[in-house]
Amino acid sequence: MLAVERITKRFGGLVAINDASLSAGQGRITGLIGPNGAGKTTLFAVIAGFERPTAGRVLFEDIDITTEPVHRRAHRGIARTFQIMQPFAGLTVRDNIAVGAHLRHRARKDALEKAEAVARQVGLGGVLDRQADGLTVAGRKRLELGRALATAPKLLLLDEVLAGLNPSEIRDMIPVIDAIRESGLTILMIEHVMQAVMGLCQHIYVLAEGRIIAEGPPDAISRNPRVVEAYLGHGAAARRRGSEASHV
Amino acid sequence: MSVRDLLPIVAVVGVLALIPFGASANTVLNFLVFTLIIAIAAQGWNILGGYGGQFSFGHAAFFGTGAYATAMLQVHLGLNAWVAFAIGIGAGAMVGLVIGFLSFRSGLRGSYFSLITLAFAEVLRIVANASAITGGAAGLLIKLDVRPANFQFHSRAAFFWIGLALVALVLVLTRWLEHSRFGAQLMAVRENEDAARALGVDALTVKLGAITLSAAVTAAAGCLYAQYFLYLDSTIAYGLWISVEALLAPIVGGIGTVFGPLIGALALHGLGNLTSLMAGRIPGIDLVVYGALLVLVVAFAPDGLLGLVKRLRARLFRRAATETA
Repeated sequence: MLAVERITKRFGGLVAINDASLSAGQGRITGLIGPNGAGKTTLFAVIAGFERPTAGRVLFEDIDITTEPVHRRAHRGIARTFQIMQPFAGLTVRDNIAVGAHLRHRARKDALEKAEAVARQVGLGGVLDRQADGLTVAGRKRLELGRALATAPKLLLLDEVLAGLNPSEIRDMIPVIDAIRESGLTILMIEHVMQAVMGLCQHIYVLAEGRIIAEGPPDAISRNPRVVEAYLGHGAAARRRGSEASHV
Repeated sequence: MSVRDLLPIVAVVGVLALIPFGASANTVLNFLVFTLIIAIAAQGWNILGGYGGQFSFGHAAFFGTGAYATAMLQVHLGLNAWVAFAIGIGAGAMVGLVIGFLSFRSGLRGSYFSLITLAFAEVLRIVANASAITGGAAGLLIKLDVRPANFQFHSRAAFFWIGLALVALVLVLTRWLEHSRFGAQLMAVRENEDAARALGVDALTVKLGAITLSAAVTAAAGCLYAQYFLYLDSTIAYGLWISVEALLAPIVGGIGTVFGPLIGALALHGLGNLTSLMAGRIPGIDLVVYGALLVLVVAFAPDGLLGLVKRLRARLFRRAATETA
């Protein structure tokens, strides 16, 4: 579905992404994790078209979309959420989601109907007429998700939709994401909440300092010493092994 | 868009249309025609500024182009006034498209966009003041030949009704905008351009559509001005005054609302004229009133007079609800 081939992105002298490749398979949830500042959001921006890579290609359904503008990619079926939520603050929840629905529905009536259906799907059915800037953080996260879903995408890029939520809000949100995957969508998600990543993703890529340092299924990733070191610092993996051994 | 959406427009326009039967004094009609011309220019501004969030300081560029096109086609080519009127609107729209393309294409947003539009209008004013074809500093006179076929009427009421018809047309257009995909995408761009793009909105095309439509409407106001006063010069057509009028009326009346520009224009000019009458001939007293009103609106009614009414009504209802409870 999505293939990112050897992407490099430089901002002046800073190399944000260094020769990173990944792919997201049809109908699966693929995770992208890594410490803060690893370049995850930049890589998302490259995939969605907000940033042009310095080198490398982005393929969507085997078509090279590296130079296509953002809105063309949305037409192809790529939708994203923003880590820092970007609601249309002055519009109602209904109108927010309807903007996404208008991508596939010209008539206002159809777009509003679609918006209501999507709002119910992400749990915003009760606040359709509330203005977006009156929503809680959890509500805004759901709105991000709803707007993206309303464009009827094939590939959904989720940038930390669980960050900033409390444990019970996370528990409420996970089934929503699971249900989206079950409807056949392909999902690529950046996430820090490990419980969610390990539970939801079938395949995980780990990005650190702009490089993909590991990939594999969740349980393999959580045991990978390079990943542990990337998160906890040099030597952490060895110490952890030592302490585990002493517990046995 | 349903019949119910159009009902308020029909009601307001219907009431206004009766005014000439009650007040036929030339001074009253003069004031009303002029106010309607401002209202149309402001309605044009409101499409781009109110719904699109792109604050132009240079709508004079469109007003003046409409006015000059109407006048020049009649004076130099002897074209029929009604045809010239239509071409004038088209010319204004073209200028809007070109200015929009140059500024939006290079990614100008916010105050940078405001300043570049101001610069375009000033350049046009200076060029119009220096060219022979626009009559230079002496201006252009459209030949007096009072016949309806020439878009010239003995009665000022006729101009009033034509102006009102244009206002009504733009009210309907604006109402349509609120219920269309184009309008939804335009408001999304106003609220957050990046988020809109991520949802498949072609922000550049949407903004170009908005500025073209906006320019066409404001150009229509310019055409009507030329036809009513039959005289133009560069300070009238491309002057800063009309850019200010076009943005002041929506801000006072209620930005991004259907009726805001009309209410704002009526309030500003009504109050301005009233003070002129009462204070006698103190030069510039109406501008003092404008300034005071603007300060009051920005401080106490940031959503304009319409927003203020809505807020007061909500408060009234709440009080009534607590009293009955």
